[in-house]
Amino acid sequence: MTAEQPQAGAGRSAVLDGEPVLVATGLEKSFFGVTVLRGVGLTLHPGEVHGLVGENGAGKSTFMKILAGVYERDAGSVALGGDEVAFSHPVEAARAGLATVFQEFNLLPERTVAQNVFLGREPRRHGLVDRKAMLAETRALLADLGIDSIEADAPVRTLTVAEQQIVEIVKALSVDARVIQMDEPTAALADHEVELLYTIVRRLSERGVAILYVSHRLKEIFDLCDTITVLKDGALVSSGPAAELDTDELVRRMVGRPISAYFPAAEEGTAVGEPRLELRGAGNAYVDDIDLELRAGEIVGVAGLQGSGRTELVEALFGIDQFTRGELRLDGRPVRMTSARQAVKAGVALITEDRKAQGLALNQSVGDNALLVIRSVFARRTTAARRELPGVLSSLEVSSRGVDQEVQYLSGGNQQKVVLAKWLATKPRVVLLDEPTRGIDVGAKVAVYTLMRRLAKEGVAILMISSELPEVIGMSDRIVVMHDGRASAELPARSDEATILSAATGTLKVGGAKVVGTADDADDASSPASGSAAADDAEQEPGR
Amino acid sequence: MSAATATSARRGRRRRLDASLIVGIALVGVIIIGAILVASVGRNFFSAGNIRDILTGMSVLGFVAIGQTLVILCASLDLSVPYVVSLSSLIAADMMAGDPANIPVAVLAVLVVAALIGLANGLIVTKLKVNGFIATLGTGLIIKGYLDTNYKGTSGEVPWEFQLIGATGIGPVPVSTLIMLAVALAGAFFLARTRTGNHMFAVGGDEQVARLSGIRTARPVIVAHMLCSITAAFAGLLLASRLGVGSPTVGTQGGYDLLSIAAVVLGGTLLMGGRGSIWGTIGGVAIFAVVDNVMSVMQVNPFLKDVVRGIVIVAAVAVYTSRSLDRRRPRFGSGAAEPERPGDQDAAPPAVAHEKEASA
Repeated sequence: MTAEQPQAGAGRSAVLDGEPVLVATGLEKSFFGVTVLRGVGLTLHPGEVHGLVGENGAGKSTFMKILAGVYERDAGSVALGGDEVAFSHPVEAARAGLATVFQEFNLLPERTVAQNVFLGREPRRHGLVDRKAMLAETRALLADLGIDSIEADAPVRTLTVAEQQIVEIVKALSVDARVIQMDEPTAALADHEVELLYTIVRRLSERGVAILYVSHRLKEIFDLCDTITVLKDGALVSSGPAAELDTDELVRRMVGRPISAYFPAAEEGTAVGEPRLELRGAGNAYVDDIDLELRAGEIVGVAGLQGSGRTELVEALFGIDQFTRGELRLDGRPVRMTSARQAVKAGVALITEDRKAQGLALNQSVGDNALLVIRSVFARRTTAARRELPGVLSSLEVSSRGVDQEVQYLSGGNQQKVVLAKWLATKPRVVLLDEPTRGIDVGAKVAVYTLMRRLAKEGVAILMISSELPEVIGMSDRIVVMHDGRASAELPARSDEATILSAATGTLKVGGAKVVGTADDADDASSPASGSAAADDAEQEPGR
Repeated sequence: MSAATATSARRGRRRRLDASLIVGIALVGVIIIGAILVASVGRNFFSAGNIRDILTGMSVLGFVAIGQTLVILCASLDLSVPYVVSLSSLIAADMMAGDPANIPVAVLAVLVVAALIGLANGLIVTKLKVNGFIATLGTGLIIKGYLDTNYKGTSGEVPWEFQLIGATGIGPVPVSTLIMLAVALAGAFFLARTRTGNHMFAVGGDEQVARLSGIRTARPVIVAHMLCSITAAFAGLLLASRLGVGSPTVGTQGGYDLLSIAAVVLGGTLLMGGRGSIWGTIGGVAIFAVVDNVMSVMQVNPFLKDVVRGIVIVAAVAVYTSRSLDRRRPRFGSGAAEPERPGDQDAAPPAVAHEKEASA
């Protein structure tokens, strides 16, 4: 791939001694008079995995986009392989060997993997697109990464999110990149899919490709990166070996203050009260046999792999796909939840997983979004809600230019706060959160956690789905684990990651935990893995 | 871990039926039902005469719909086609003026004028950023104004040699249909094997992605509009050949703007662009032709004819929509792959794999 990989096979620290492949110095950028990047620089060596961290708005994305040629820099210099460069388009950068995997997928779902990989650069023979060469090269690139699950001629829409991420990386590789920037490559991946990405990043690194890795998941940064650069408010805080940092120190540098309690403790005076929401043997086409009790003042975490039925559970509770079996009680009274409107009226709020597609009207203002539910469901309360809005927004520390700003221009964290404001306005009694901190920065995460604690203290019952186990463990009073459409286990607060994971993959042996699974685990305990675990998780049962 | 996870995911991944295959199945169904209905009134659907009637009915709309497919793939629309059809028939008939020696010049002139109209459409859509619907409505109205003020009725004369194109056939297959199918073949080849054709899918699917991939996004759209006007001109030439004269209203009478869009959508091409095929469109055109033929053989009244056409279009789109929405497979209850009986575990893994597909 690259000529400069003398350190291949040597120790990690040796990697950093060689000739750098990319040197950025003193990059500055402002938009409309606001400086978003002031004098930031870093150095990448062949084979180095370099973590770039900072809160949202710290300037990470701007930095990457300047390198990639999306934005023009105001000042500073970038040298790629010793040559001064200034790209004006991501394609130009990629052809020079600096490829970027953007956070938003740049794939065409209806086209095949090969067509996507070579989009805009289709190989030609006699003036016609050479489909055989395209397929062959794509297969070679996939094989090179050890990926045999992706067919080069499969339409991208048939791939999982993780596989689509790999296609993006293959796209970057197909231009022979010496440097690959990855912007939150795991933001849309479930925990078990992240492993695959790790493998690929390490393999690329072994081949001498330098990787600039942006992530909000600090664990990944420490797992993968040799070097960590911290940005804050557009300025460089530090840049140095990962070994010299630990999580607390990294967080302190990112937010500029120590977060002694990353997950805030329950507020003084929080009391668990009456059951707000109860499910008895409830099920529909996607989930089954769900027993669940959610009490006032309680935060219940829902863990499970992606596709285990977590989202389907909250959607059923919110009346989107109503339960067809079993019983649902709200405040002790049996109800049939048949529409989202009915759920909202009953005091249920759902913060959806995909805030851009399901949570916000992106081209409408902060104010219109925050009043959306109130206006459509509780029209008579609109005036009062509008009066309270500035207070709600400032209590959530939404930083926007005002209630008239369109939400599409806000950072992810601020967008999520607007979603929360929208639901707070309805004064909910049950709050369902689906991945509430996905893709948002540490500061905004803490704001979400603090809000959850405050709501709990006010007697709201909270159900939180999360793929991030530390979050589930740090916030939950109880943990329900979903597997294969059923609640496979209900675990006490502070359960360890291993227990949750084994319940999520269906391999939990009865221990201290109360195992809810009625059929699978009890009837057939002799062959616990003969069920769906093998299909869902990595481990194939021998002889299967 | 990757290998194991992936194999199970792939095993569960159902290959969705290709849209043009569904159109093919629908066409066969329509033919069978049509043949039975026609037989019920004592006629033979498969007689050479009837087959010729159906194929003749296909060729004009077929030309227009082929071009419309390209434009819709690019997420644009062309409403100017009926006026291009009329204008082409007039230019052809006027320039030929009954003399076979003028045929080549007249055909060339028709194609050049059509290409220029298409170029104008494409430039308005890509450079002035006017939505294709409005842009082509505008150019269509301009052509209509020209036709209305300059032609009071039919005009020109098409020489007998040129009329042969519309009148002859090989067995029951009219020459015009063969030309239309040849153009379809060329169009399908163009989409599959040229960069510009490939980029039409990209621009229509997601313009942002196309641009970030270094594609010059204007070019495929302009080319699509030019080709669309040119195929509309083919339709105009064919109509001139059949009528023997040019007519300022032949395009609008045929309703080729909306019918061609309907045929394209019936053929499984997404109105939003990015997915579709020429062969699906030909299937859509054929379905319309068969339905029309069966109804005229059975002497169905004109109102009912339009009702049936309308139902066919709406039903087709409803079927496609339900297919694309039903991404998530039920895990429990009726329709699930897995019996609900506790302890019956062997059926579980496929269900999980499907779920994976759904969440993607």
